[in-house]
Amino acid sequence: MSAAFRIPGAGRLKQAKTASFSFDDKSYTGIEGDTLASALLANGVHLVGRSFKYHRPRGFLSAGAEEPNALVQIVRDDARKTPNVRATVQELYDGLTANSQNRWPSLAFDIGAVNDIASPLFSAGFYYKTFMWPKSAWKNLYEPKIRAAAGLGVSPEKPDPDHYAARYAHCEVLVLGGGAAGIAAALAAAETGVRVILADEQAEFGGSLRFESGARIDGENGYAWAQAAIARLKAMDNVRVLSRTTAFGYYAQNFVGLVERVSDHLKSPGRELARERLWQVRANRVVIATGAIERHMVFANNDRPGVMLASAARTYLNHYGVAVGKNVGVYTANDSAYAAAIDLKKAGVNIAAIVDLRDNPAGPVIDEARALGIEINFGRAVVSAGGKLRVSSMTVQPKNGGGERTIPVDAILMSAGWTPSVHLFSQSRGKVAFNDETRRFVPGTYAQDCVSVGACNGTDGLAASVDEAYAAGAKAAKDAGGQAGKGAKPKVDAGESWSRGMLGAGPGAGPGTTVKAFVDFQNDVTAKDIRQAVHEGMHSIEHVKRFTTNGMATDQGKTSNMHGLAIAAEELGKPIPQVGLTTFRAPYTPVTFGSIVGHARGALFDPTRRTATHGWAASQGAVFEDVGHWKRAWYFPKAGEDMHKAVDRECVTVRKVGGLFDASTLGKIEVVGPDAAKFMELLYTNPWEKLETGRCRYGIMLREDGFIYDDGVVGRLAPDRFHVTTTTGGAPRVMHHMEDYLQTEFPHLNVWLTSITEQWAVIAVQGPKSRDIIAPLVEGIDMSDEAMPHMSVREGKICGVPTRLFRMSFTGERGFEVNVPADYGEAVWEALWAEGQKHGATAYGTESMHVLRAEKGYIIVGQDTDGTVTPNDAGLDWAVGKKKTDFVGIRGLTRSDLVAKGRKQLVGLKTKDPKVVLEEGAQIVADPKQPIPMKMIGHVTSSYWSENCGRSIALALVAGGRDRMGETLYVPMPNGTIEVEVTGMVFVDEKGERLNG
Amino acid sequence: MLLIRCPYCDEERPELEFRNAGEAHIARSTNIAGESDDDFEKFFFIRANPKGVIYERWRHIHGCARFFNAVRDTVTDKFVMTYKAGEPKPAKLPGAAK
Ligand SMILES: [Zn+2]
Repeated sequence: MSAAFRIPGAGRLKQAKTASFSFDDKSYTGIEGDTLASALLANGVHLVGRSFKYHRPRGFLSAGAEEPNALVQIVRDDARKTPNVRATVQELYDGLTANSQNRWPSLAFDIGAVNDIASPLFSAGFYYKTFMWPKSAWKNLYEPKIRAAAGLGVSPEKPDPDHYAARYAHCEVLVLGGGAAGIAAALAAAETGVRVILADEQAEFGGSLRFESGARIDGENGYAWAQAAIARLKAMDNVRVLSRTTAFGYYAQNFVGLVERVSDHLKSPGRELARERLWQVRANRVVIATGAIERHMVFANNDRPGVMLASAARTYLNHYGVAVGKNVGVYTANDSAYAAAIDLKKAGVNIAAIVDLRDNPAGPVIDEARALGIEINFGRAVVSAGGKLRVSSMTVQPKNGGGERTIPVDAILMSAGWTPSVHLFSQSRGKVAFNDETRRFVPGTYAQDCVSVGACNGTDGLAASVDEAYAAGAKAAKDAGGQAGKGAKPKVDAGESWSRGMLGAGPGAGPGTTVKAFVDFQNDVTAKDIRQAVHEGMHSIEHVKRFTTNGMATDQGKTSNMHGLAIAAEELGKPIPQVGLTTFRAPYTPVTFGSIVGHARGALFDPTRRTATHGWAASQGAVFEDVGHWKRAWYFPKAGEDMHKAVDRECVTVRKVGGLFDASTLGKIEVVGPDAAKFMELLYTNPWEKLETGRCRYGIMLREDGFIYDDGVVGRLAPDRFHVTTTTGGAPRVMHHMEDYLQTEFPHLNVWLTSITEQWAVIAVQGPKSRDIIAPLVEGIDMSDEAMPHMSVREGKICGVPTRLFRMSFTGERGFEVNVPADYGEAVWEALWAEGQKHGATAYGTESMHVLRAEKGYIIVGQDTDGTVTPNDAGLDWAVGKKKTDFVGIRGLTRSDLVAKGRKQLVGLKTKDPKVVLEEGAQIVADPKQPIPMKMIGHVTSSYWSENCGRSIALALVAGGRDRMGETLYVPMPNGTIEVEVTGMVFVDEKGERLNG
Repeated sequence: MLLIRCPYCDEERPELEFRNAGEAHIARSTNIAGESDDDFEKFFFIRANPKGVIYERWRHIHGCARFFNAVRDTVTDKFVMTYKAGEPKPAKLPGAAK
């Protein structure tokens, strides 16, 4: 298929390298180097999408990143269907498949376009007004319908198979934007020898030199100069040149996020290539050279396919060799559209007329256009565009009213002037300033070590931009420690200079009109919508923006913000700076989740911690649960067992015979030094000075406010050495808490803290046979009750390796915890398991551990406590040293609320029906017949089926709980109210005889 | 991401290596058990939360693990200076007007 709008000899693409592609299942041919947009335009295709709200037919507005209309879905396979790709930036590759979005059943005939006719319903604020009533209808009816109708693109059906790379980089000078200014700044900085990174979002460098046909620098055509300069920069060791790389976010202290599109432009990228690469760059100095974006004219039906920015048409011609039409109209309020008309005319395209809003402009481009025989109309406006799926005419009127004239055209080029791209500057927290004369926001006060140069700084003209940029690049390098450069400043022999333009709605779309003159194409916001917002009381631009959604689409209002602001200001009768400019936020253009996430997905999303016995447990068919980053064996089902059966068996076996449990995840900290006991006295509520070497104690740690922070068994290995255990989840914060006090409040104490969580594997052996299981493997430790009573610790050997053997119990049974160096954990476990099997012991997991400890009323900090529970509330007052004069939390404990009557206290609960297991978190009331909302007096913190007790058991925090023993309370649930009796917390062996059983 | 100078390592390191630890120069009483309700309230609950310069504690948790003090502007997020734990509140800040 021939490309009818490709002009032989025009543009820079090599005609020989063709690429075939499809759009909405129709095949076309383009040229390598095309964008999808230029390739479609070469084939005469302008209609590429339907708008978000009204489903109006849309074409290409721009030739770049600011594109609001031409959003398509690029489909590689089932897993790779990227929606909302701007056709103006998607590079063509052979075999590319693209589909239009937001239309059904077809692009040319779209049912949703009925919204256009029903548009009064969809005017500004329609979400807020139309779908107000009834309340439930929003959730069930309106929102799903709106979402379905408004969906842009469809999601892929499979996980993203591509991978995304990430790099950190440091440099002295980071240059953002690779147009003439950016290249000049990079050259100046690079010549000083400092590290320079130059990034540009386009595939090729040059910026506006891509369309500025007359530019000449250093005796060369501007674009050719840019390519030569880039080649020179690439050859320098201190320079990194990144194309297809968008600076999307500017963060604190010159930390800039860039995303490099590595392979989206390739036909079949190999697996060795990432799809995108995230660059996180820290720069000493940043030079912002992001250029300016042309604005459209605001007039009726200015969204018809074929109506586009003048610079876009010029880019399609001068870079891609594509004419956007055969009979083109021009509507402008400044000089730059003339250059587009001149280039097109010279390429053989008929220019139907130039309509210039200005009264009597003069200048060389106007003279040249006239000399080429182009009809020019001053002081006139295009008041509407004709046609539907493609523009067919423009209606021209004197700007102050009068006779209309309709001129047939197949494209309209617009230019209302240029908006400096201050996005990144604004993101850097710099404050923009409004220039009354040029009516534009330019960088004002800087907040970081950066500088804006060229068009984004409001500098007009190629020569002035290059001069400014070269000086700024040299200064940035010098400020960052560079030597004086030896290069020569590029000399601009010829270049264009931008003139003023206009802001806001043009004639025919002014106050009182109801035409669809679009300000924001992507969100379908018209000039009338902005005025309506003001009339309805939105007086700040931030409110106008949210009410109308102007500038809130994925293009972030790159073409629409200034028009919207000007219309609001006019309607409010205020100067523009008083109405304000909305804040620019990252990302500058949409960024994929993939590039942000990088390799941190799937198994690499979060670290997984496995204990030494993980492999053994897995081989035994253990089911694991996640506890923080740890994988812990949850239960060990035998054939045919569900979780309940397995847990019941494990719990009964532990109390009857014995069980092995991997407790390695408990936090462990060694507190060592001459002042170790003093330190322990200050950090825990208990007394420690008198704890004998070789003995253990259950310790409670408070925060300064008196609430329980952590708990655990502490063994004293030597007068100056404590082996402290913490909760599994609490290990890092307890260490942090201890270090904080040691370093800042008690720095006089001579103590060292060492985390030993991962150094020691811990195997709990619990049950009446526990000593019999361990003893055959132990050397050098007398394990008799006399020599090693409950709550003691001994050092010796097990299976020939060192052990810290604790006699302690979290089950209420005789029990031990065998600590061995983690590398021996699995071997020792297997040896213990072999011994255990002789007695019929079981391996048990965290679920049984929870049940067994609840049967004994042992609390779990963070489950039975919630950060508002004191030792007294938990029934642990005995663990608070009454004679102590200081420990963290001692003052907090005496606060009036903490000693008041009626506090919630931890108690046991038994359901009247022993088979009913309460739900953890369920609320408790005293009187189930009281009106709703009922007064809640507590909640269930732990609840299990206890096979050992033959009934359910629960722990609960209940107001005044210990004074309610035997009382009946109620747990209202959706299916009825459950009666419970308040009991003590110990359900098994109240006297504690089994510890020596 | 901020860059923070650890006064112990004497190096600027990325924020990821650090953890904020609340307001600085709030000393725990050596006789805390005998403190009045008002004093305990001031010590434990009341914090400055200024718009502008704040004195706060940071810890180089993924570096040397030391706690230190920092002066930061809460509006710009800029660090004015950092200094070691236990050193007095600086009388004059670098770059201050007077
Ligand atoms: Zn450090």
